[in-house]
Amino acid sequence: MAAQPNQQAGAAPLIRAVDVTKHFGSVVALDKVSLNVMRGEVCCIIGSSGSGKSTFLRCINMLERIDGGAIWLNEQLVGYRSEGTKLYELRDNEIARQRRRVGMVFQRFNLFPHMTVLQNVMEGPVTVLKEPAARVREEALELLRRVGLADKADAYPGQLSGGQQQRVAIARALCMKPELMLFDEPTSALDPELVAEVLAVMRDLADSGMTMMVVTHELGFARDVADTVVFMQKGQVVEAGPAEAVLSNPTHPQTIAFMSAVRK
Amino acid sequence: MTALAPPPIGKSAHQIANMQLVPRRHYGRIVASVVIIVLLLAFARALSKSQIEWSYVRQFLTAPVILSGLAHTLLMTVCAMLLGIGLGVVFAIMRVSPNPVLRSVAMGYIFLFRGAPALLQLLLWFNLALIFPTIGIPGLFEFRTVDLMTPFVAAMLGLGIQQGAYTAEVVRGGLLAVDSGQYEAARAIGMTQFQMLRRIVLPQAMRVIVPPVGNEVIGMVKLTSLASVIQYDEILHNAQIIYFANSRVLELLIVASIWYLFAVSLLSIGQYYIERHFGRGATALRTGV
Repeated sequence: MAAQPNQQAGAAPLIRAVDVTKHFGSVVALDKVSLNVMRGEVCCIIGSSGSGKSTFLRCINMLERIDGGAIWLNEQLVGYRSEGTKLYELRDNEIARQRRRVGMVFQRFNLFPHMTVLQNVMEGPVTVLKEPAARVREEALELLRRVGLADKADAYPGQLSGGQQQRVAIARALCMKPELMLFDEPTSALDPELVAEVLAVMRDLADSGMTMMVVTHELGFARDVADTVVFMQKGQVVEAGPAEAVLSNPTHPQTIAFMSAVRK
Repeated sequence: MTALAPPPIGKSAHQIANMQLVPRRHYGRIVASVVIIVLLLAFARALSKSQIEWSYVRQFLTAPVILSGLAHTLLMTVCAMLLGIGLGVVFAIMRVSPNPVLRSVAMGYIFLFRGAPALLQLLLWFNLALIFPTIGIPGLFEFRTVDLMTPFVAAMLGLGIQQGAYTAEVVRGGLLAVDSGQYEAARAIGMTQFQMLRRIVLPQAMRVIVPPVGNEVIGMVKLTSLASVIQYDEILHNAQIIYFANSRVLELLIVASIWYLFAVSLLSIGQYYIERHFGRGATALRTGV
């Protein structure tokens, strides 16, 4: 790792989740998930489908409302305000304001199809942060250069390959200058030959010191880039720790079973 | 070598491959064309023998009273549609809102004004003075309803409000057609509910909304003719006034239909450009521009 996360004792984690619980009807999606992510850390969340890893990521961004527990982003409570002995849910506009500090990349890209690539990247800062368009334009073009798509600025998303779309989606999220980037299975919807280009952009981003939480099936990426790996099963964190330890020497029988199943 | 069919007796495969191709004959098309031409000729003959005085059609086609009727028809179409689309968007958003009160109000509005006939609603607004002699906020201002509810206002309210109930359902369909991932992406970059609707959801919904609304604008051009019943001087009303005087009923109805067709053709052209505007991204993909 080029950028060493500052994990010295006493530093507050950028993300602190305590006993996060989420139900969908009678199904328990998250069962008392607790987790810390330090500033500059790359945390990969792995696990079989239905293990709750995507749900957990979406809770951090309040795309899902949690039913119990609490999440802090940079020591600020996410989605709620504590007063006396109760947590009061924030208003829509306050939640929108919190989301501006967190970038999110989706499995299915979710680019805005009616806007060009450049407009997609500029949309957040211009519409949401009300920054001057001329300056945002320069920043957006720089980000597109960084993800290798400067020549596609005027194309529409529908004209790009999946890998290119996902790189635009990363640039769109970065243009908001987030403190934290969430990746929800960013390569799962891609043709195999397009996975590498997206992972390269993410690797570059990790090297630049961005704090990242990545839900992924790419164990190779996790091994190379992640500082910590979290293994989830049935809505619970089964095993968490330094990437090398969890991936190479898992201790929990469920983790061992998952690893051997993935390696075939 | 896989098995080849043996060449027919006496001819080599090479000879057959070089024979002239004879396309299939479409006898059905020829028969249909002949029948239709005969029918058209018969209709043309009937018209020529009819007692339509084409000179009246020519004379009244550009008569000032007809042209002012046309202008009023178009004005009413625009006003009623603007009211209808405005109400439609508002009630569609209310209809999909998580707020149960707003949702019920929207459902009630759609039920009432889509359910009652347009003509009935026009008569209702026009005769509002019978049950509410005055309209206003007590103590602030007050109007006599008969002064307020002119044929124009009554027609606009009647047509616009019932149109809004239809448009609300069209807009709702457009909102539902936008992928849920678009809502999530908009929220993820920190957009407020209003920003999300205005910048992301409605522009994409428009692609689905425009074709049926274009259809409804065309329907509205014709629906305005109902306003003739409440004395609004649109084109059909004015044509009727003329034929009550000169008894050239068919001639004036032909004049009116020519102008209706003209207005509808103009609107179809406008619809093409609007659809192209909101098809950005999607059309680029299809045409590979």
